[in-house]
This record gives sequence, structure tokens and C-alpha cells, in this order.
Amino acid sequence: MAEEMHIVLRNYGKIDPLKIDDYLNAGGYDSLNKARSMDRSDLINEVKAANLRGRGGAGFNCGTKWNFAYQTEADQKYVICNADEGEPGTYKDRLVMEGDPHTLLEGMAICGYAIGATKGFIYCRGEYPQSVNTLKQAIAQAEERGLLGDFSLEVRQGAGAYVCGEETALIESIEGRRGEPRIKPPYPPISGLWGKPTIVNNVETFANIPSIVTNGAAWFSGIGTPFYPGTKVVTLTGDVVNRTFFEVPTDTTIREIIYDFGGGIRDGKKFKAVQIGGTSGAFIPEANLDTIIGFDHMVSIGACLGSGAVFVLDETRDLVDVAAKIAKFFSHESCGKCAPCREGTVRLQDLLDKINDNRGNSSDLALLNKLGRVMSYSCFCGLGQAAPIPVLTAIEHFPADYAAKLG
Amino acid sequence: MEYQEILAKYADTPGGMIEAFHAIQAEFSYLPEEAIIEAAKMFGQPAIEAYGVAGFYSMFSTEPRGRNIIRICESAPCHIAGADKVVTALEKALGINMGDSTADGRFTLEFTQCVGQCQATPVITVNGKPYYDVRPETIPGILAEYK
Amino acid sequence: MKGMSIHMNNIIIDGIKISVPDNTTIMKAAEMAGVSIPTLCYHPDQAVKANCRVCVCEVEGDKLLQPACSHTVYDGMVVKTSSPKIIEARKTILELILANHPQDCLSCIRNENCELQSLAAEYMIRDNPFENRVRGLKKDLSTPALFRDHDKCIVCNRCVEVCSVTQTVHALGLEKRGNQALVVPSMGKELIESPCIMCGQCIHACPVGAIGEVEDIDRLLAAIADPETVVVTQIAPAVRLALGEEIGMPTGALPMEVFVAGLKHIGFDHVLHTNFTADLTIIEEGNELLGRLTNGGTLPMFTSCSPGWINFCETFYPDLLDNLSTCKSPQQMFGALVKTYWAERMGIPAEKIFSVSIMPCVAKKYECTRPEMNSSGYQDVDIVLTTREIGRLFRLSGIDFSKMAPAEFSPWMGEYSGAAVIFGATGGVMEAALRTVYEVVTKETLEDVNFTDVRGFAGIKEAEVDLKGTKVKVAIAHGLGNARKLMEQVRAGDSPYHFIEIMACPGGCVGGGGQPITKANEKRMERLDAIYIEDESMPIRKSHENEEVKAIYADFLKEPLGHRSHELLHTHYRDKGQKFL
Repeated sequence: MAEEMHIVLRNYGKIDPLKIDDYLNAGGYDSLNKARSMDRSDLINEVKAANLRGRGGAGFNCGTKWNFAYQTEADQKYVICNADEGEPGTYKDRLVMEGDPHTLLEGMAICGYAIGATKGFIYCRGEYPQSVNTLKQAIAQAEERGLLGDFSLEVRQGAGAYVCGEETALIESIEGRRGEPRIKPPYPPISGLWGKPTIVNNVETFANIPSIVTNGAAWFSGIGTPFYPGTKVVTLTGDVVNRTFFEVPTDTTIREIIYDFGGGIRDGKKFKAVQIGGTSGAFIPEANLDTIIGFDHMVSIGACLGSGAVFVLDETRDLVDVAAKIAKFFSHESCGKCAPCREGTVRLQDLLDKINDNRGNSSDLALLNKLGRVMSYSCFCGLGQAAPIPVLTAIEHFPADYAAKLG
Repeated sequence: MEYQEILAKYADTPGGMIEAFHAIQAEFSYLPEEAIIEAAKMFGQPAIEAYGVAGFYSMFSTEPRGRNIIRICESAPCHIAGADKVVTALEKALGINMGDSTADGRFTLEFTQCVGQCQATPVITVNGKPYYDVRPETIPGILAEYK
Repeated sequence: MKGMSIHMNNIIIDGIKISVPDNTTIMKAAEMAGVSIPTLCYHPDQAVKANCRVCVCEVEGDKLLQPACSHTVYDGMVVKTSSPKIIEARKTILELILANHPQDCLSCIRNENCELQSLAAEYMIRDNPFENRVRGLKKDLSTPALFRDHDKCIVCNRCVEVCSVTQTVHALGLEKRGNQALVVPSMGKELIESPCIMCGQCIHACPVGAIGEVEDIDRLLAAIADPETVVVTQIAPAVRLALGEEIGMPTGALPMEVFVAGLKHIGFDHVLHTNFTADLTIIEEGNELLGRLTNGGTLPMFTSCSPGWINFCETFYPDLLDNLSTCKSPQQMFGALVKTYWAERMGIPAEKIFSVSIMPCVAKKYECTRPEMNSSGYQDVDIVLTTREIGRLFRLSGIDFSKMAPAEFSPWMGEYSGAAVIFGATGGVMEAALRTVYEVVTKETLEDVNFTDVRGFAGIKEAEVDLKGTKVKVAIAHGLGNARKLMEQVRAGDSPYHFIEIMACPGGCVGGGGQPITKANEKRMERLDAIYIEDESMPIRKSHENEEVKAIYADFLKEPLGHRSHELLHTHYRDKGQKFL
């Protein structure tokens, strides 16, 4: 039986998030003090060696990213926490922010010290007013105790734009503008917020940092699967018995998550599909359930771990109907900047609605495939590139659902 | 107008337009044209830029809305959990369609995308406060909390 | 020595090996290799946008296609600019854009001169698999100068950039997001309520027919058809040299007398020249400047012949309206005189005159409707036609200009100097003024009439002229972003200048909103060259030596800034009270 392992959620449910003394008594801010006693490049190398890969979905080596910012000379640098958590099915970052905000603050302050930044922003989605509140109180308490040193933190709210989960769109939003992504390169560690070197990392990524600094790279890199070590907080939703969250080592399989932790399918139904990583994730059939959730393993089955959302569908679910809802999501969230996404997401939605309403034919399906394919490699940013994935994988793995609705 | 007083708190917040708009909406339930123009002036931006920001984010509205904003999640997890039934029930209870406001200005009905409470689908929020495992039967109780 | 050598990258484009420096984009590298890549949102004088995705290419080893306009090379890069995958992608993107675009090419103002149309033809879009569904928005016809057809907007942002970065007017911007995203006037209002100053630079920036000039051709043809009406036109200095571009001739190649003949062939009864009143403007304005210099009048004085600039001043700097010269623009001076002085001389009743003005400008369509522009007792200028509209008329007429016999201007208001010709160039009004002011004040003849300091494409130019001990400092700005810098100085009380020339359009009138669609500044510079060539060829190059100008003072106006002048040739301005700045 697979077991949970709590690194990110080590304090969740055990402390009062609004009482800084609880956090301190649990060893809080010891990591920051230790980090501050280290040479900055040693600290960065430690994080790099731990092989902590971004938990927001892109999976880029955290220490390597920090190093780029560290190496770039500037009069001001920034640390940004991406707490936009817009990926449907995902609520892991909310758990950290509501349950143990200081681990996030501490992780950010360690990053600030490492790269030479004295200013940090937490960009928290507007749909999380409680998180915003909790974070502000935690920051005030930490500052009152002088725990953050010269590192000052500010919370900035999003206002309902999934695209602001993209790091450069997020930066545009903090700058008070429309959340449209920027051309990359330059990448944020070189030129980001207000043109300065900026590290943008996910909540869960930062939440791992204090433990890594305390326990060391070797400890962390030995957990889970070698190329994507550590744990992953997974949030379960859909037709699963236990619609809740777990933190598991990264060598856990999808099957273990759904059946051992999730309790299997509700109401005695049979499994049909699982979408991992959020609404931009691939639909995974039964045949691939023994895949380890580590980033690269998922890629090998044409999927992506992404945010770690686990959306389970039972045998009664119609993939066409679900895909149509997902297509509506993307056309609503497209920022409108690039033509293939602005126009393509609406056309994906149209075609799916048509097929879902039993008005479609096989040429609609062929067009859907072509459009999705072109979007996946032509769009400006990850939103447009990923939007077709659920649609295309649904067609690939569940052709019967589509065939049933075509004329 | 009172906008200046609310906006002035953000005068020293670089890029604080979105924070300022949230504060205006907290008072007025939407972003009045004059408020947008005042915000533009305060942040040293042309009016069109502020207008472009106001229209980009789905939590902002440039049209007047009711005092209490009800948002129903229509993302896939809530969809399969029965969000459609919740929509129908709310439309019936308030006598309006999605996107509209009640004549007495008490409620506005809107869709939202995922609000990150997928452990308890289907979810609605009222003024940002989440309500869990919503069923048509639980709706009257929720509505009764609001004036 | 460290830093002396440029790092070169060996790359292969479509099998062609070339070597290019760091930071070269695939597009520029391809150009060097002789390969052209289609674009839509790309503009040579603007920031790279990479939003249309039409220029995507295959880069070996990259699973994403990369836009050629923004993606830079690295050593060893292997690029394909054309392949079945790329063509399919470009076609699909074009189909997507076209499916949200009106299919009325035949009646569109940009028919045959539209970047989207050209791409659709190039990529052989025959059957669009996506259902055509346009936005269904009303056209914005709120201004007399330009219209917006929102259904045709492809959200490339080129107009937004020229309006906000080059012109700093910020009348246009994006609203909403996703498929609802659209370029609209400020606050979503109609153009007439926005800060739009009607310079028309957005028309040049737009790759399609989403913006265009309000056409007045029908009104012209009705006037021509009426046997009772005498149709008279003036021609602006920047028109002739660019008009050739509309009828398949190189810039500057259409001879003036042939142009006149062409206009007569279309049905104009009389052809006169705005250059006449340009020379007249110099006399009036030169004297006005000298008056302010000697009598402590408001300085610096600004020129006032660019109506887009006047709109800009009334919108953004209403506190500085007193600095503006009270002289009307040459167009409006002309209009006032053609229905008084000229009508008298020619024995034509003023009410029978249909006063047309052929301009490189769209703001002048608004200028002629300003309520105060009726000093003749009638609307001084009835309609303004852009260079583009005359081009359409010439193409319609079927004239073979290579065989057309030349014709002459009508008398009294057709003579002009080289100083008038250069009004079409940025710095031209200033140079014309200096040629006259210098001789009037110093009472000496200029050895060299060429004031080259005030010429050229630099955004802000300055010069100092020594008028027998009095040093007069002048500045010239073209494009309103540059004008704003000078205006901020004036507002702060820090301006070191006595006289400032401002043209709303980059390049001056040669780059005006009514000229043949001008994508690149390179073309504006080419037209500037043509203007100075024309100036050099003129027998008279100073305004005060214009014989017809001398005659109008002797017989009609009596003296510069006199009573008649004030009645007909001078004007006033007002604060536009614009809220949506």
C-alpha cells in the first residue's frame, strides 16, 4: 500500500496558520537563518542538486532557474510566487496558503537571499480571498518579528484570468496591465518584472525549499523517482470516492493514487478515464494507469503531470461532453493576443458543441484534429498550445464516444 | 466623487491598477466609467489603457451589477457533478437568466471558471465566499444569507 | 582585443548556408539569404509583435514552430521556412482569421491593396472549412475624416502602436479578451468622442480595411455633373510626388502639368494650387512672428497648418492655444480667397463655386467643416479629397498619363515658389519662413536659400538663425510623440525656442494620412527627397517673390495682418474639453 509523505504539507492541519508562534515552534524560519549563513552560490547549488523541479507544471530545475537570476547583474531583482492556481481541478496551493502560509514566505525569502532580491510578490488569484487575507496577516506577523530581514513581501491579487498563470502574463498583471504573455526570450530570470531579473516559482515549489535547506539535497533527491524527486501534492476530484488531497512521493503510480488513496470509483462504477494536470491535461485510459506520476514518465505516455490535479471519470461519462466543456473554458480564457488561439479556441468549442449536439460529421472530426494539431505548435503561449490536448487525447483514446455522436 | 478617496490608497503602488479596481468594486459592485478615468489619471496612464485592463479580467465588470454577485463554476469537475442543475435552480429561484441581475439589485448571476474548491463540487461563490456541494435544495438557504 | 569581434552564427535556411551576427532574427537572416517569409502583424518601424503567427517556421529540434519575426538564430540552427507542415499551419491560421472577417473584398476600400487579401491569394485559400461568422458591429462613421470598420479588425495592434507610441494620442486600444478582443477607440466610445486627432496614421498602419478615409468622391462627381456648378480645386504640395505611386509611376515621376491635365480631364473646371496660399501663409505668419518678437507677444509661436496638430493642441494642450499662430492653414486661406478674391477676378458668382481641396491629409476633411471656416460667407472649402481618392478617380478615368498633353493652372492663385513646395516636408514650413524672415529683417539677399539644418527625418530638429544680431532659435518636430516633448518644455516654461514647426505626421505631409498607403518610413524619406528636388528646380524659391502673392496684397489684402487678412486668413482655436485622455 502506497504511503503519503508530508514535506509541503508537513504543518497542514497541525498548526494555526494565523499564529506565527505555531510555525516557529515547528522549526519555522530555521531554514532561512541557515540559508543566510551559507554562501549564495553554495545555497543555489544545493537547491540545484536536490533536483527540485517546478511544481507549477513546467518542471524546470528550480536551482538552475535561480542561478540565471543570480548571475544577472542588476540594481534590483524580484521573487514572484505564482499563486494564480487557475488549473481546474487543482487546489493544492490554496492548501498551503490557507494552512501553512509561512512555509511559502520562508521559501521566498530564501530565494531572495540566494539571488540577491529584496522584494517579493505573491500573485494570488482573485478567487482566493481567504488565501489573500491569510497571507497578508502572515506577512505582517513575520515582518513584525523581523524574521524576513531586508526582504519585503507584498500580495497582489489576480482578477479572474487563467492566462495569468503563465509567468510573463503574470508579470504583466503585476505591472497593472492586461495579462498578455511576452515574447520569450528574454526569460524572466534575465529580464522580468519591470525589466529586472525575476524568479517566478509556484507555491508548492517554494514550500519545498525550507525542508531542502534544512535536510539537504541528498535527502530530497533520494525521495521518489530519480529525475523528478520529492513529493507531489495531488488533488482528487470527479468520480472518485475520496475527493480530497494527498502528498505522495513522485514514484507513486496513477493507479495507486486513484485506488489506494482515492478509494476507487464512486457508486461501484467502473473507471473510464483520468485527466491529470488540470483541464489542459491529457485524458489517460485504463491501459496507462500503472505509469509513475514523475514528470518524464508522464511525458512518455503523452501526458503531463502539470499541477497534479487528478480528475477521474467513470464509465457513464461522455468524453465528448466533457471535452466540449473544456473547450468552452479555453475560449473564455484565451487572452486574445495571437490569432490561432483567439480564433482557434472558439472554433474548437464550436466543433465540439456541434458534435456534442449530434449535429456533427466525420469531416468535423477531421477538422478538429487538424485545428488542434496546428494550434499545439503555432500558438504564442502554453494556453493555446495546450488547449487542444484534452480534445485530441479524448479523440485518440475514446473514439467510440465520438463515433456514437457522429452522423 | 468618492472614487478618488478609494483610489488614493493605491497611489504609491506601482502597477496597482488591479488592486485599485478590486477596491472600487468592493464598494460599487462594478467599475463605473468615471472611476476608470480617475484611476487612469492617478496611475499616469491613458484612459484607454485603464479601460483595456477593466475589460480583460473576468472578475471586473464595466456594467452595473447587483449588490451580491453569485458565480457558478462551469469547469469540467463541477460540470460532471451537476452544475447545470444548480444553474437551472438559481435561475428559477431568482427569476433571471445567467448574466443578468434581479430588478431589485439584490443578486447578479454569473458563470465563473474553476475557483479551486474541487473537493466539494459543484461549487458556487457569493461575493467571493465559496459554498460547497451545492444542490438545488441548498440554494434557498444560501440566498437567505444576503440582503 | 576583447569585444572587438562580432560573434557570428553559422546557420542553414532552406538548405542555404549563411553566417549572421548574434540577435539576428530568422526573418532578417532569411532576407539575407534571399528567402522571403510572409508576415501580417510585422511592421518595419514598430516593435515586433509575433501575434499573427503567419511567419512561423520549422527549427530543427524544436517541437514548436517559431515566428521568424521574433525568434533569433543560434550557431548551428537549421531552419525551414516552407514545408507541408508550415504551409498547413499558415493556411489554417489564415482560414481562422478569414472566417472572422467580412467577405466583401469587392467593395472594400482596401481591395487590391490589402495584406490579408494578398496572403489569401498567395496561400490559395479556396474553401474555408470554418464557417464565416463576423462580429456584426456597426461601422464607426462618427468623424468626417476617417471611419472604423470593426468587423475587419484582425487585432494585429499596428494601429494601436502608431497611435500610442508614435503619436502619443492613445485614442485606440484593446478591449475585452479572447475572441472578444478588439481594437476600439478610448473607453469604447465612437471616434469623435475619443482623443482621436484624425491624423490617419492608423490607416497606414492597418494591413486591412478596418480603418479608412471617409470618401467624398460622390460629392465631387455630383458637382462635376451639375452644369451650373464651377468646380475649382487646390492641390497640396505633397500630393503630386506621391500620386504617381497610385497609378503605377515611381515617386516624384508624375509631372505637375500632366497632373493638372488629368484633373481637367476628370471634370475639374479650374485647377489652382495650395502652394499659392502657402507662400501667402509665409508672408502673414512671418510678419506675425516678427510682431511677437518685437512686441513681446506669446512665444514660442507654433505653426498652425497641420489640422491634426491643431486637434492635438486643442485636446492635450488647451492651455497653450495662445502660442499657436492665428494663421489659417494654406488650405483654408485658399478656401476663403477662392470664393471672394478669385471669384471676383474671374467674374464667377461665389455661390456657384464648389471648392475642392486635394490633400495628403485626412484631418483636413475635418478642418474644412470647422464652423469658423466660413469667412467667405459660404463653407470656404466644400470637400477635401485625399491623394488616394484622386488616385481612384484617375484609375477609373482610364487616362494614359504617358500620352496626356500638359495643361496649365488657372490664373490668380496658381503661381508658387520653391518655398511653398517644401511645405510638404517636415522642416519645410520653417525653412520657407526663414527664407523670407531673414531677408525682411536683414534687408539682405540670402546667398544660400538652403537651410539644411531643418531638413531630414530626425524626430526633433533645431537651428539658430542670426538675424543681424538677433538670434532666433527654432525647432521642428514631426510625429506627435516628438511634438509632445517640445510642448512639455513650453508648458514648463523651459522652452528655449522662438518659433516651432509641428507636423502631425511622420515626415510631414509627405507621410500624411491621405497619401498612398505607406507601410514604411523608408517611403516617406523617398518622398522627402523628391520634394527638395522639386524645390531646386523652381525659378522662384522665396515666398515674397511670388508675383501673384504680390498682386493679392496690392489689389486686395492691402497689407499683411491688415483688416482683410484678419477677416479671411486668420482664425481662433478652442479647448476640446476631452475627458478620455
